Amino acid sequence: MGKCTFKGGIHPYDGKEFSKDKPVKELFPAVGEMVFPLSQHIGAPAVPVVAKGDYVLAGQLIAEAGGFVSANIHSSVSGTVKAIEPRTLATGGKCNSIIIENDGEFKEVEYTPKKFEELSKEEILERIKAAGVVGMGGAGFPTNVKLSPKNPEAIDYIIVNGAECEPYLTSDYRRLLEESDKVVMGLKVALSIFDHAKGIIGIEDNKPDAIKIMQEAVANEPDIEVKPLKTKYPQGGERCLIYATTGRSINSSMLPADAGCIVHNVDTIFSIYMAVIEGKPLTKRICTVTGDGVKNPGNFYVWLGTNYRQLLEAAGGPVGEPQKYISGGPMMGFAMYSLDVPVVKGSSSLLVFKEDVVSKIEPSACIRCGRCGAGCPSHLLPAKLAGFASKNDEAGFVKFDGMECVMCGSCSYVCPAKRPLTQQIKAMRSIVLANRKKK
Amino acid sequence: MSEIFNVSTNPHVRSKDTTQTIMRDVLIALAPASIFGIYNFGIPALVRIIIGIVTCVAAEALYQYLMHKKITVMDLSAAVTGLLIALNIPSSLNVGFEIVGCLFAIIIVKQLFGGLGQNFMNPALAARCFLLIGYTGPMTNFVCDSSFAVDAYSGATPLAILKPGSEVVGQSAPSLLDMFIGKTSGVIGETSVICLLLGAVYLLVRKVISLRIPATYIATFAVLIFLLAPGHQFDAIYMLQEVCGGGLILGAFFMATDYVTSPITPNGKIVFGVCLGLLTFIFRMYGGSAEGVSYAIIFCNLLVPLIERITVPKSFGKKKPEKKAKEAA
Repeated sequence: MGKCTFKGGIHPYDGKEFSKDKPVKELFPAVGEMVFPLSQHIGAPAVPVVAKGDYVLAGQLIAEAGGFVSANIHSSVSGTVKAIEPRTLATGGKCNSIIIENDGEFKEVEYTPKKFEELSKEEILERIKAAGVVGMGGAGFPTNVKLSPKNPEAIDYIIVNGAECEPYLTSDYRRLLEESDKVVMGLKVALSIFDHAKGIIGIEDNKPDAIKIMQEAVANEPDIEVKPLKTKYPQGGERCLIYATTGRSINSSMLPADAGCIVHNVDTIFSIYMAVIEGKPLTKRICTVTGDGVKNPGNFYVWLGTNYRQLLEAAGGPVGEPQKYISGGPMMGFAMYSLDVPVVKGSSSLLVFKEDVVSKIEPSACIRCGRCGAGCPSHLLPAKLAGFASKNDEAGFVKFDGMECVMCGSCSYVCPAKRPLTQQIKAMRSIVLANRKKK
Repeated sequence: MSEIFNVSTNPHVRSKDTTQTIMRDVLIALAPASIFGIYNFGIPALVRIIIGIVTCVAAEALYQYLMHKKITVMDLSAAVTGLLIALNIPSSLNVGFEIVGCLFAIIIVKQLFGGLGQNFMNPALAARCFLLIGYTGPMTNFVCDSSFAVDAYSGATPLAILKPGSEVVGQSAPSLLDMFIGKTSGVIGETSVICLLLGAVYLLVRKVISLRIPATYIATFAVLIFLLAPGHQFDAIYMLQEVCGGGLILGAFFMATDYVTSPITPNGKIVFGVCLGLLTFIFRMYGGSAEGVSYAIIFCNLLVPLIERITVPKSFGKKKPEKKAKEAA
């Protein structure tokens, strides 16, 4: 059987050996401040339902969805609400956040486990919504909204994104290895919302043990198939993954649902299981702490709201004085200027580099080698688009489909002249979007 | 919050390949042909190679110094140009002419148009054509004074002998094997097919070039020769002699594939290769000189912007513009 793949892509050093064999360790948050930003998802910020001085339990709702596309937020610890004030996020911006002083007792609310077979579709969606489940691959789209497409009849596939094509990250891999049954159950729950949908679990072939374990886990599930994917970045990009596993293609103006697909990250599927079957809200996630800048890289089960400094300590602290801290993977993650930021629903990793290679790079002239185009998963000509961007030529940029860019970073990665292609294209995209809004 | 760490936008990692490593690979790939050229044509060939590289690198450095620009000779692109110029001239060419050619390539063709990446034609080939026009006699006079060679490979090149209506009388073309190994007359770097292919394989393995341009170029040319060569239709031997005999292999793998002067689009590379094959066929069969590769490549360099315009790849997931058509109507 041919491995599923797409045209384009790159092969960066994957760095997974740092943490891939480290079983997930629970990281209990230290007594003290826990920070819960009200925007951990795409859409309207959540609205606080607690006030300063309130005592909250772990698992208690502290902010509720502020609109249709929004999500509930729950406290991961028990303690007292200390303040509601703006705090810095890993992405660099500030966001209004609920600060809870963790009393270290982890007193929990009571959860109500249910059998999903006894629940109606609406009840399942309601439980997912109540638990505040959002896409945990990074984008943070509310899961219940994703699972309520305009035309549910047209959904043919729910695809579990186990590609984890970002170098260094191993959180999804550990989840698949350690809790394959719960992932399969979560997928079954999601499938039960749709009448015709079949499940696909896509895993890159650099994780053969995960493929094997998942294949065993779905052996008795006729509606679920594990598809090995060719190891290539960005195999886990939504458009690439849909194409690789189903042969369907979508562009920037379409949703996966337009191609009859819904894509969920592994941890999101796990959270669906927790929400629907165990009745537990999303208050924890797996976070990989890795890179050559930490002493003991590993995977940690982290309570949301935990400070990144605690993550770093959990991994043995820094090696020397690392120059770069990244939240997320090296291709699409955010470089952080401060570690005083909380773990949120989309925080898949803390990546620490001893050296900041990028800062030493000096771009030189484009030699038109075409590697950017060959690596582009959207089949664009990044060199040309960057040229339009530098001339501020909006019309040319749009004509050459600059808006189809998924900002995966492949072009900047492969460029031998080290030109900041992704960055230029990204900037131009924002300009075009801003101007469109004006009109 | 006393310390503040470095930030930058993603991606935070880069591939190891740089312009310098690519140019270095090209130099390595040209080494077998260069060494064979020295073996075949002796010390004069070595002198031409050294002078070519030194002149080009020095000219680029000097120009950039005088113009207060960043000196970029360490990217090795000037060295590649210098080596290619040397490989594209006869070993007997006056060194002064060679230096003029190098200066023309670096200063006029490359730097005056904006330096690396901005030149619209291949500098090495522009220099060769410049010399061919300016000093036709010395550029086509192949005298071999190799101290290594047992036979003196001098006089007419295989292509001159093969040319329809050739004026070279009394000589028959060298055997295919000799052409393949390179025991023939010609410019320094073009004679040995096997050495050139060795370098080409290296470039392909290192993914510096793809087969798109060279394969379509050589295939188009070979098919045209096989079907239409005047007096030699359906003559497979003649076809192979034409493929191996001149600058085709050198041109197809090392000069037509020059990034700067070939199309950036995948389909454009194929169109480019077909155009090259067609033009080389016309120039060689019906043109004034026996050679056609240099002019074909130079001419097609000029077509690159047009070729790119018609071969923009379809972006992923783009659907047929049904709606737009309706709106327009």
